[in-house]
Amino acid sequence: MSKQLLIGNEAVARGLYEAGLRVASSYPGTPSTEITECIAKYDDVYSEWAPNEKVAMEVAAGAAIAGARSFCAMKHVGLNVAADPLFTASYTGINAGMVIAVADDPGMHSSQNEQDSRHYAKASKVMMLEPSDSEECLQYAKLAFDLSEQFDTPVILRLTTRVAHSRSLVQVSARDEKALKEYKKDPMKYVMMPGMAIKKHIVVEQRILDQIAWAETAEINSIEYNSTEIGVITSGISYQYAKEALGENASYLKLGCVYPLPVEKIKAFAAKCKKVYVLEELDPFIEEHCKQNGIEVIGKEAFTLQGEYSQSLIAKVILGKEDAFVATDLDIPARPPVLCAGCPHRGLYYALKKLNVTVSGDIGCYTLGALAPLGMMDTCICMGASVSALHGRNKADEQNAKKSVAVIGDSTFMHSGVTGLINIAYNQSNSTVIILDNSITGMTGHQDNPTTGKTIKGDPTTAVSLELLAKAVGIDRVRVIDPYNLAECEQVIREEVAADAPSVIISRRPCALLKYVKHKAPMKVNPDKCIGCKMCMKIGCPAISMKDKKSVIDFTQCVGCAVCSQLCKFGAIEEGE
Amino acid sequence: MNTKSIMIVGVGGQGTLLASRLLGAALLSEGYDVKVSEVHGMSQRGGSVVTYVKYGEKVASPIVQKGQADLILAFEQLEAARWLPFLKTDGTIIANTQQIDPMPVVIGTAEYPLGVLDAVRATGANLTEIDALSLAVKAGSPKAVNVVLIGVMASHMDISYAVWENAIRATVPEKFLELNLKAFEYGYHYSN
Ligand SMILES: Cc1ncc(C[n+]2csc(CCOP(=O)(O)OP(=O)(O)O)c2C)c(N)n1
Ligand code: SF4
Ligand code: SF4
Repeated sequence: MSKQLLIGNEAVARGLYEAGLRVASSYPGTPSTEITECIAKYDDVYSEWAPNEKVAMEVAAGAAIAGARSFCAMKHVGLNVAADPLFTASYTGINAGMVIAVADDPGMHSSQNEQDSRHYAKASKVMMLEPSDSEECLQYAKLAFDLSEQFDTPVILRLTTRVAHSRSLVQVSARDEKALKEYKKDPMKYVMMPGMAIKKHIVVEQRILDQIAWAETAEINSIEYNSTEIGVITSGISYQYAKEALGENASYLKLGCVYPLPVEKIKAFAAKCKKVYVLEELDPFIEEHCKQNGIEVIGKEAFTLQGEYSQSLIAKVILGKEDAFVATDLDIPARPPVLCAGCPHRGLYYALKKLNVTVSGDIGCYTLGALAPLGMMDTCICMGASVSALHGRNKADEQNAKKSVAVIGDSTFMHSGVTGLINIAYNQSNSTVIILDNSITGMTGHQDNPTTGKTIKGDPTTAVSLELLAKAVGIDRVRVIDPYNLAECEQVIREEVAADAPSVIISRRPCALLKYVKHKAPMKVNPDKCIGCKMCMKIGCPAISMKDKKSVIDFTQCVGCAVCSQLCKFGAIEEGE
Repeated sequence: MNTKSIMIVGVGGQGTLLASRLLGAALLSEGYDVKVSEVHGMSQRGGSVVTYVKYGEKVASPIVQKGQADLILAFEQLEAARWLPFLKTDGTIIANTQQIDPMPVVIGTAEYPLGVLDAVRATGANLTEIDALSLAVKAGSPKAVNVVLIGVMASHMDISYAVWENAIRATVPEKFLELNLKAFEYGYHYSN
């Protein structure tokens, strides 16, 4: 079959498919999302979006025990959520192979922190592979299934943004159909109670020793000798940066398996090279392994714990070389991302701004409401924290309840907001939770979720009723508002914040980018009525700008939501035809 | 041959991803090793976006750093200036004259500088300016700006017209094919 130019995520999906994957369950998260989106295109694989990563990993574990090669994907912080099943699935092991993809985001292109997932591999004693380009994504995905079955363990495939989202050439081949393996009841293996787990822990420790022995000779831990003046120990994308920066002026030990790491292989390589560098983004994971084993290397003291590496950084540190460049002396304004024209979140935030409340925030497109000109978010920690942290604030300071709300998206609410809401009802704080129900998981590129009524394949399914769910957990005050209606938003939020009981407000309007949403004609500014007061600019719609002291609306962007016209005191923003 | 580096920069929503896909397809059919690094996620919501395209016998790193791009294709003036430091000192920069105000400018906390492309030229950079929006409108739709710009870039590269045409046929939906072929042609034959 032919060579294709695939992003790393597509190549992972292809590799899993070729290896006979049967069940995939994931929760979206940049930069991991496309893996599962691509899997969904294969009709011979069952795939789904789970409500969160813990559920996804448990689904994959169950499927693997049932005898199907299974998979789940998540971004780095998703592994925090799924850590519980990970640590014990490490003990039970699998029946058919189980692969977990976790995508780290050095440089935080699209994340709230810069954690290094390799620590999870070590902490949970689960093997971890790390590819450096799309071809390796495909090959390692296949290998991961084989290793999973060889060592009776889940195997983690670690990606970083530059591998997940870069295209490079991939050789695809046919699928190797794998029949369902027989499941045999075996409580000593699959029921983890102290009696069984004590025995299993011994198995796990032996497994690590066996894997280290494997790693000593594994082909994916490869050595390339060139000049031995410089030796480079590296893995993943850093290998590609090093190759570009140093070429044949260095020798390379490329570690395709980053946990567990070989000892003798590294020692032998280091012994042959004059000066040995460890090149790895984020934490000194390989470096500490080397130092623990008495191997002298240069690592973080010469590089950095923050952000991405690059060929330039490596050339500068190791060779002292820098490329010349020119720059203008202009003061170039930043171009931060913004809520789309017609985004339903905008009107809701404007109402919050008018009420001047404290906003316990969460993660999604709506986090952009933290930026100017809306600037209406006080905190944002992790998915679900808006709801639980608001309860905490309100318990710490009862006055807070009368001037604060939580905002959380529909997908985020399903992911981990609902447990916080149960806590609010159970432990009774007068908290006001606003669910921003745009009927999609917007931030990560529009995935369906349990509230949208559609599966990952777009087939109709049951949809969670947020109203009934809120009532069922014990919230009596549940109201629904339209975020395009500013007066209604303001009034309802004011009433619910003032109420002496917990309440849920569902701000409902689909994301403006959804294909099924019918938009009105673009609005027009009547220049005779516009006095140039800039009132309409206060909502930060990217379709509105000022030309010659009058507001103008870009007809290619405007979707006719009419939120801006509700701000104009002169009726200057008129409906288009 | 040495690896060549191209950057496509613009504003989220301008169609830079299609441009890099077309370029990737054309390079692939020329038999090069190709790597393309894309931006997904947060930066797509109207933020500044950059795509790196590298090709040659064997490409290692998928990204481009300061002073390394042989060619920068900028979809917007301010983005041309923002990414100029990534150009090789003897590289070529092609800039669309379109101006899109970033949010800090819209709300008045920053100013869109005057004479952006003049400032770019004043650094000694080899600059080609083009009003791609007008050409796209002439070709039939303002949305074809990206393909007009690809046309201009193609005229600076060593790949035959037929290869580009095939890449467009393979990448663009039938419905928009005629429009895009025309847009490409306008860009390709543009001279300033
Ligand atoms: C634990 C975890 N998993 C995944 C993500 C990635 N992520 C960020 S926001 C989000 C969901 C956004 O959807 P929604 O709450 O519906 O808000 P919208 O973007 O549609 O406004 C996801 C999946 C994350 N940040 N943390
Ligand atoms: S994608 Fe949808 S939810 Fe996200 S900013 Fe745009 S309109 Fe709003
Ligand atoms: S009606 Fe106003 S707020 Fe809505 S998209 Fe158009 S310009 Fe933006």
